Amino acid sequence: MTDATTPRPHPASPAAPVRRSLLIEDARTKRRNAAERRFRAYGVVAIGLAIAALVFLLFTIFRDGSSAFFQTYARIPVAIEAQVVDPAGNRDPAEMQKVLTMGYGKLLDNALAAYVEENGIQIEGLSERDLSTFFSAQGRADLRNAVLADPALVGTVIEAPVMTSSRVDGMFKGRVSRDSAARDAKTSVAQYELAMAMEKQGDLQTRFNWDFVTSTDSSDNRPEAAGLGVAILGSLYMMLIVLVLSLPIGVAASIYLEEFAPKNRLTDAIEVNISNLAAVPSIVFGILGLAVFVNFVGLPRSAPIVGGLVLTLLTLPTIIISTRAALKAVPPSIRDAALGVGASRMQTMFHHVLPLAMPGILTGTILGLAHALGETAPLLLIGMVAFVTTYPSAPPEGFLDPASALPVQVYNWTQRADPAFFERASGAIIVLLAFLLAMNLLAIYLRRKFERRW
Amino acid sequence: MNMMKFSASALAMLAVSATAAAARDQIQVAGSSTVLPYATIVAEAFAENMDFTAPVVEGGGTGAGLKQFCAGVGENTIDVANASRKIKDAELAECRANGVNNIMEVQFGYDGIVFASSIDGPDFALTPQDVYRALAAQVVVDGKLVPNTAATWADVNPALPAQEITAYVPGTKHGTREVFEEKVMAAGCEASGAHEALVGLTDEDKADEACVAMRTDGRSVDIDGDYTETLARIGSNPGGLGVFGLSFYENNTDKLKVATINGVAPSVETVASGEYPVSRPLFFYVKKDHIGTIPGLKEYAEFFVTDAIAGSGGPLAEYGLVPDPELANVQQVVSAETVLGAN
Repeated sequence: MTDATTPRPHPASPAAPVRRSLLIEDARTKRRNAAERRFRAYGVVAIGLAIAALVFLLFTIFRDGSSAFFQTYARIPVAIEAQVVDPAGNRDPAEMQKVLTMGYGKLLDNALAAYVEENGIQIEGLSERDLSTFFSAQGRADLRNAVLADPALVGTVIEAPVMTSSRVDGMFKGRVSRDSAARDAKTSVAQYELAMAMEKQGDLQTRFNWDFVTSTDSSDNRPEAAGLGVAILGSLYMMLIVLVLSLPIGVAASIYLEEFAPKNRLTDAIEVNISNLAAVPSIVFGILGLAVFVNFVGLPRSAPIVGGLVLTLLTLPTIIISTRAALKAVPPSIRDAALGVGASRMQTMFHHVLPLAMPGILTGTILGLAHALGETAPLLLIGMVAFVTTYPSAPPEGFLDPASALPVQVYNWTQRADPAFFERASGAIIVLLAFLLAMNLLAIYLRRKFERRW
Repeated sequence: MNMMKFSASALAMLAVSATAAAARDQIQVAGSSTVLPYATIVAEAFAENMDFTAPVVEGGGTGAGLKQFCAGVGENTIDVANASRKIKDAELAECRANGVNNIMEVQFGYDGIVFASSIDGPDFALTPQDVYRALAAQVVVDGKLVPNTAATWADVNPALPAQEITAYVPGTKHGTREVFEEKVMAAGCEASGAHEALVGLTDEDKADEACVAMRTDGRSVDIDGDYTETLARIGSNPGGLGVFGLSFYENNTDKLKVATINGVAPSVETVASGEYPVSRPLFFYVKKDHIGTIPGLKEYAEFFVTDAIAGSGGPLAEYGLVPDPELANVQQVVSAETVLGAN
């Protein structure tokens, strides 16, 4: 109690009565300023690190993946020899179908051998194998399809671009060098020189490869022909299902919880559960999907409908949480005013609160969709990591057809033996990033467009 | 508001899809990741050349594939299981318990297992004894079982390079691991006389177990991922030795150098002739009860084993499959729809 009686020194007049200009920093101020500068520096370093990591990531992905969008094609005359494609000689498509894809390889081999001779290309050690592995196996398939579609081509010479094999393609992308070709069992120095000679003649062209985006996946023997078509369609179908299911369910649930639900233990429990669900590892949803949708309901494996349903469950908590935040952000005065002029609670909700909360809801939904688009783990369990070479048909039947998904396709390709698939996987990541970026931009645009400030 | 309409239509769509889930017109295949590339090549060629929908092929591993295969009969279950080993009795029993009684076993070729190191490293000429002595958890020294302390390959066999021992071996979930243990570790154990000594120390079963127990001091690393991961490990540690499938090696000869076993370099020819000791047959299993319900199932199996596909010079051999010299018998089995345990 003795403290109370002693007069406290005035804060402005400390023991030392020396008064100095505010412009001269004393030791304490210096320390404070230094601490402030350090704190700012930490922030700059943190942001710098984050940006550096992002730049590094994007740089490696673009370095490895951008070449997937280009493809080398050869343009040489190919004679459709009748004795190869139509041994029976009656031009009957049913008979001609018995010549398998592998048989058409001979046409391309002969065409290339003729080309080498005609152009006087002299390469030491150029073997038959170098010729037969020069073109992609997809070239044979394309040729066969063309001939079967139009039997009149038999006996003629056609000049269509033929896809080269992944090794020859790699020579023009820096993946295969003369040295690595010497060690590589799948190519040779002679093949490398042949490719260079053909390029000099202008008969090999590397051009933009739309097929990478549109065509289907292909087997390990023809990595150069693999495309993302089925994966993009599959992802699109799944996003459609997620949007159609999770937006109405999520918005309805949030409106009820936010505006109408009584405050009791039950709704508290529901709220806690929703927050917890948002943090559940996504693989758990995959296990649930496998057990419920595939094994119990009997939906087919590898189908977008199952993937869509699983991803719906995954995005629902995110959408509910962001929608509730958006509803909360609408000022109570709007509700009060609406109720004050005699609107019912439902009218207040749908005529006034919901339109004002819409930008927030849309942003949350689109970010939830973007999250679902990049999700891989749950899809592994329900059979989406499958090799699918047929496009799913148009919805709604297409929802039940087997399909792949973009992130799963990346996962799939990184596991394949041929190095060309690594390039494709990076290319697929670029496509996936482009979709994510587009969705985020859309979210920003919608928010800006409909945003209201008070 | 049209929220209600939305939800109603969504629910209706669900109901429709649940009833329409029947009638599958494509073959579903799952199983071994070693067989996966072959199966995709066949599936692609099958869809191109025949008038059937392309089969859907999944990986997942031999065990997982056979488990799905044995889950029952019906359109919700897969039609073909790929396997890099023979089906086990326990799996057959599970199949039978679930009503999958008629299983066709098709052996379509062989796969070699190779040791490979970085292309820039020294050459390795290994024998199973060397590998056993380098990688076994415990070795017999002077009649006693002691922990393995070999640090370099030269410690194991003076003829080998004095390079630190680091081996990347497929993890236990892989079929390859089983073959590695049986054909390399157990064989090396036997050949070096360690097995005999172990039997003297303990009993037969314990000795068998000790023969295939791998070091856990970091010299032998289990790889649970795919061969691409093993390749990446060797890329970052050029002194490492990895275990690969022959076909994977064939696709990456510009980065990998292969070791000989007992003086034999692995190739399609040496595996086919049996000179190269570490190889295994590859199988696929077909659910006979699905033939007739799933369009194209029998045609797929027949197509898989035709000479044009699985024979030498075919696309599978091009990828690295060692063709079965008795392919004609296999074709017979498929066309006659012979099931397991029929005779």
